Amino acid sequence: MEPPHSLLETPPRVRTAIVQTKPLKGRYSENLRAAGDAFAQLGSADAPDLVVFPEAAFTGYFLEGAVYDLALPARRFANDLAATWSAACGGAPVDICCGFYENDEGTYYNSAIYAHVVDGTAQIVHVHRKLFLATYGVFDEERFLVRGRGLRAFETRFGRMSMLICEDVWHAIVPTIAAIKGARILLVPSASPGRGIEGEEELESIERWREILSLIAAEHGVYVVYAGLAGFEGGKGMTGSSCVVDPRGKVVVRASATQAQIVRADLDPRSIDLARAELPLLGDLETVLPDLLADEELSLRRLENGHDAAGR
Amino acid sequence: MLPVVSESYEAILRPPGINAAVAAQWLEAFLRDEMPRRRGVERAVIGLSGGVDSAVTAFLCARALGPENVHAFALPYATSSPASLSDAQLVVDALGIHFRTIEITAAVDGYLQFEPDADARRRGNVMARTRMLALFDQSAKLGGLPVGTGNKTERMLGYFTWHADDTPPLNPLGDLFKTQVWELARYLGVPRALVDKAPSADLEADQTDEGDLGISYAHADAILAQLLLGYSDEQLIQRGFPPGDVRLVRRRVDSTHWKRHLPTTAMLSNTAINEFYLRPVDF
Repeated sequence: MEPPHSLLETPPRVRTAIVQTKPLKGRYSENLRAAGDAFAQLGSADAPDLVVFPEAAFTGYFLEGAVYDLALPARRFANDLAATWSAACGGAPVDICCGFYENDEGTYYNSAIYAHVVDGTAQIVHVHRKLFLATYGVFDEERFLVRGRGLRAFETRFGRMSMLICEDVWHAIVPTIAAIKGARILLVPSASPGRGIEGEEELESIERWREILSLIAAEHGVYVVYAGLAGFEGGKGMTGSSCVVDPRGKVVVRASATQAQIVRADLDPRSIDLARAELPLLGDLETVLPDLLADEELSLRRLENGHDAAGR
Repeated sequence: MLPVVSESYEAILRPPGINAAVAAQWLEAFLRDEMPRRRGVERAVIGLSGGVDSAVTAFLCARALGPENVHAFALPYATSSPASLSDAQLVVDALGIHFRTIEITAAVDGYLQFEPDADARRRGNVMARTRMLALFDQSAKLGGLPVGTGNKTERMLGYFTWHADDTPPLNPLGDLFKTQVWELARYLGVPRALVDKAPSADLEADQTDEGDLGISYAHADAILAQLLLGYSDEQLIQRGFPPGDVRLVRRRVDSTHWKRHLPTTAMLSNTAINEFYLRPVDF
């Protein structure tokens, strides 16, 4: 009998860093320089393979009309990331996921980019445009921005991933679809203004986030890398609390709620396989989901030009 | 017979709770981010009335910015209660913050001597606005920022002087009900004399907030908490709140929406400020 696991190669661990930013509102260049300082710190020892930033990481989240001053084309933003990384760490390769406001020739999105940076240039692997623009209560995104229309699981040099921005994750079906599409790592840039002071140990909104992320990770056997924006914006405090949740749903490391910080963790692809062997819910779902979605009572026809597929 | 476990409305009849440690930590972060970090201002200027709201504000500022950066001012009028001043002193002694008393009697009477018929409400408003004038001037002198002390209950009930108590650019307590402020005060170690006494605007002799409002803070806060969630008067009464209390709170909230807004500006263009031209306060 062969020794256990000898049939499988041991896949490399993904050395991951979350840079929890606390941007000064609207001061993009200054905030990018602060990211450069973080890159230099990361590059000095045990450089990461993957760096993940929060939503609106270099501008702040609540921009109102100033979003039109600060939104950038994805290519320009990728170039800025590559130049900042290279200035700090030279030509070393790194993958960067970062939230930003995107200007696509006059159409504006709340986006996250995944770029592979090597030798000072950025290859854009994917841009995810936030599907669920928070527009209720304190939130007003859809007044200024357009919704994304698709969710992809994309190939990276570390396996398949998806990016989900903030409220995208609060709809259980979205991470579910990402996992069904093969994502093994979910990257979640977020900006969450804290609220609820009757929590047991922290703000209720932070507790709610932790529950959601743990449930997603454990149900699908995926790593969740959550990058939360920090800092107060006009009285609304972003709750930071960036974390890595392992495929069994355990929070392995977590940042403070209020400070700019770097969070380090290594993602072990083998842990995903083992978690799924122990709790094969994703495999079960793959079998049953088509039947559930084909249910005529669901009425899932997509709206085309304001009408459903039947032309109504 | 099986034991039965039923939903109870008892909890909602109580004022909302607070994890005081969590709230204190969050509000300290708010003060640090919004003052030194965003505005480059280290010094807080606080009107110390001898009441619990300004005491809690002073405690939070001292924790967030250091007591050396907290400048408290007692601003008594001739008719102010001496107990207000001695209670303010208790806060100063507990924290080791800067403290100065500036009588506003001459300033207030300088105007009111020409308005001998002014009733108590008008006189109280003049005092409140004179205090705010003093706090803004002291902020200019010290290179500080006035920090407000208004709580959510009085803001919702409109129990404050417009463009006076509500004018400081920062307000740490504005989303806390009065009963939550009391809890926070106990946690922070505010002297008991201030936490236990009946709250008063101290603009008239023997005045108390609860006497003015016609309802206790505990009842008002419990009703407000549910009302703000969108429940109708009928639903609140159904859940066990006294009809008179519900209607009183509703009337005060509905008649004071204007007090929670900036002045109404006539819109004439596609670039009207805060209507079309939208920039966040920290931009």
